[in-house]
Amino acid sequence: MLRFIKDLISHILKGTTIYYVWLVILFALILNGLIAYSQQLQHGLIVTNMRDQVSWGFYISNFTFLVGVAAAAVLLVIPAYLYNFKPIKEIVLFGEMIAVTALIMCILFIVVDMGRPQYAWHIFLAPNFPSSLLVWDVIALNGYLVINLTAVIYVLYRAAHGKAYSMSIMWPIVLLSIPWAISIHTVTAFLYNGLSSRPFWNASIVAPRFIASALCSGPALMILIFQVARKLSKIDVTDTAIFKIAELIAYAMAVNLYLFGAEIFKEFYSGSVHLAPMKYLFFGLHGHNVLVPFSWTALACNLTAFALFINPKTRKKFFLLNIACVLIIIGVYIEKGMGLIIPGFVPDTLGEIYDYLPSALEINLSAGIWAIGALFYTFMIKTAIPIYEGELTLLPKGTTPEPRSHH
Amino acid sequence: MKRRDFLKGATSVAVALGLEGIALPAKDAKASVWEEFFQKYFREMNQAEKDAVVKRLEADYKKRFGKDIKVSTKGPLPNVLYGYGLDLSRCIGCRRCVYACVTENNLSRNPQIEYITVLRFKNGEKWVDDLEEAEKYYNPEVVPEPEHFYMPVQCQQCERPACTKVCPTKATWKEPDGIVVVDYNWCIGCRYCMAACPYGARKFNWGAPTIPVEQINPNTHYLGNRPKHKGCVEKCTFCIQRVRENPGRYPACVEICPVGARKFGNLLDEKSEIRMLIETKRVFRLKESLNTNPKFYYFFSL
Repeated sequence: MLRFIKDLISHILKGTTIYYVWLVILFALILNGLIAYSQQLQHGLIVTNMRDQVSWGFYISNFTFLVGVAAAAVLLVIPAYLYNFKPIKEIVLFGEMIAVTALIMCILFIVVDMGRPQYAWHIFLAPNFPSSLLVWDVIALNGYLVINLTAVIYVLYRAAHGKAYSMSIMWPIVLLSIPWAISIHTVTAFLYNGLSSRPFWNASIVAPRFIASALCSGPALMILIFQVARKLSKIDVTDTAIFKIAELIAYAMAVNLYLFGAEIFKEFYSGSVHLAPMKYLFFGLHGHNVLVPFSWTALACNLTAFALFINPKTRKKFFLLNIACVLIIIGVYIEKGMGLIIPGFVPDTLGEIYDYLPSALEINLSAGIWAIGALFYTFMIKTAIPIYEGELTLLPKGTTPEPRSHH
Repeated sequence: MKRRDFLKGATSVAVALGLEGIALPAKDAKASVWEEFFQKYFREMNQAEKDAVVKRLEADYKKRFGKDIKVSTKGPLPNVLYGYGLDLSRCIGCRRCVYACVTENNLSRNPQIEYITVLRFKNGEKWVDDLEEAEKYYNPEVVPEPEHFYMPVQCQQCERPACTKVCPTKATWKEPDGIVVVDYNWCIGCRYCMAACPYGARKFNWGAPTIPVEQINPNTHYLGNRPKHKGCVEKCTFCIQRVRENPGRYPACVEICPVGARKFGNLLDEKSEIRMLIETKRVFRLKESLNTNPKFYYFFSL
């Protein structure tokens, strides 16, 4: 065991120059974020640009986007286990690790958004269940974290002992994780959706659109990470697996754009007073238009990416595929982040328009959380791959691991 | 970044992660810091526990402001359901209610918190359902301005409040006398209630609240106008510290209104002025389509 821990640490410490540069950048960002957070704790959330009119901002936007990323692991779990699609089964573990990372970041974004985080435990002493969707979300997100963490730890534990995982243990985890992934989306969408005071959110299309767009951005992120991982390590990610994921993204984006069109039609054709937030988002309202360039960027990104993904010829060229992935991540990050949260508050319930863009401190703090996520994932991958490949093992020295079924 | 700034940042992280937000001198205050941290949920306290909390709060306030501040935990009066009437024919938009409320309720002056928002509308503009044409920052030499009218908005004390429904910790609830209150010490500052409230009635302490010591109102209620802390949500309570007295006093905004546009009373008392108004005037409530059932009635006397 001691040897295992020592090996583990040496695996984390070993790396190329690029790896060290990467770590230095991440640590710098984390430190920068910590300093920002300490200022926020000292002075209160007044250091952000949020105010009573727009009472949730960049933190909750990032949170919302990351819930989508977390749930997207299901796009690997379904073909891997339900359809026993070998190329994806090889890499499903790394998808689950993305889910774990995204969930940890989600929790961090919620914590930094709280006015009195040191009292967060009150939620366990007097949970407003089932009335408050926030309590539902705490259960959904933490549950999903536990499920994915269990899957990851179990598979790696077996691998460290030179054994393949047993499906009789994986099945219940898988069967639980699929509906749970859908539920973390749905519950998070309902969190906004259920508020009749906010017409922009109070539309039935919010939850379905939420799922559709998440199944684009999460997998796109995975495609990029897998390519980096297979370059820098021995992990075997086949082109077949990547192209399969790309194909699934194409369908998800088709659904997302269709639902978006349905929403646009309803709002603009009926043209009721509830159109105001949508107008604010795409055209500006009474001369206020800070979100307009972002919204059109998002739409342009999504449409271009869709064109690249839907055509098998373009999505199978890595250069174009990667461009499409980046575009989709940018597009959905805007659309499911600021583009979803801010118009919920503009105009506010008394008709005031408060132009919100994050303060430098909010951006620094958020970058810190992203860096924590990236660092966590880097370390996970750095140790998981050698375990998976049998280099890092709990077996006594000199024993050869028995052949694993998935190889 | 300068090294000194960095060190400052680093130590403040340590301090902040430890006993964040508790602005009390360290030595003798230690016990009360932990008492505050582990304070129970108000609705689960018995009277003795409430008394202990009051004692601690009063000592804290004494230390903070150098003044004796009374904190009451008086419960609701029997057979009372408070209702409010606002005469839009009379309101002249002078905002005296806003300022009286700030002083009465010990609201933070900087950052500025106000429970009442007075909206100004131009005659003939849309206003009941769509508030987009409302002007909140009007600032003329004299009021009322010609061709304009005013509509003050504050907590509507809904019978079916959207805000209490969403609170994850039950830190806000509707009292038996109909007042929606917040246990500021139980609130975690997630601001979900602010997203849910259709009337912009909830205010967040974005920074540490400040009140000029000489202007502090020393007669406070635990669920009402006691000094608040940074990071919690607060709201209008119909001046719970006044209306629960026996005999009850009017909320500060009712008392100050120079034109008598504000009415207040017991909805369960058939002979009350508020009941008379509801039964004889044309009343309406804000955003009735949302089914929040406010106990705040707008009406026209003329």
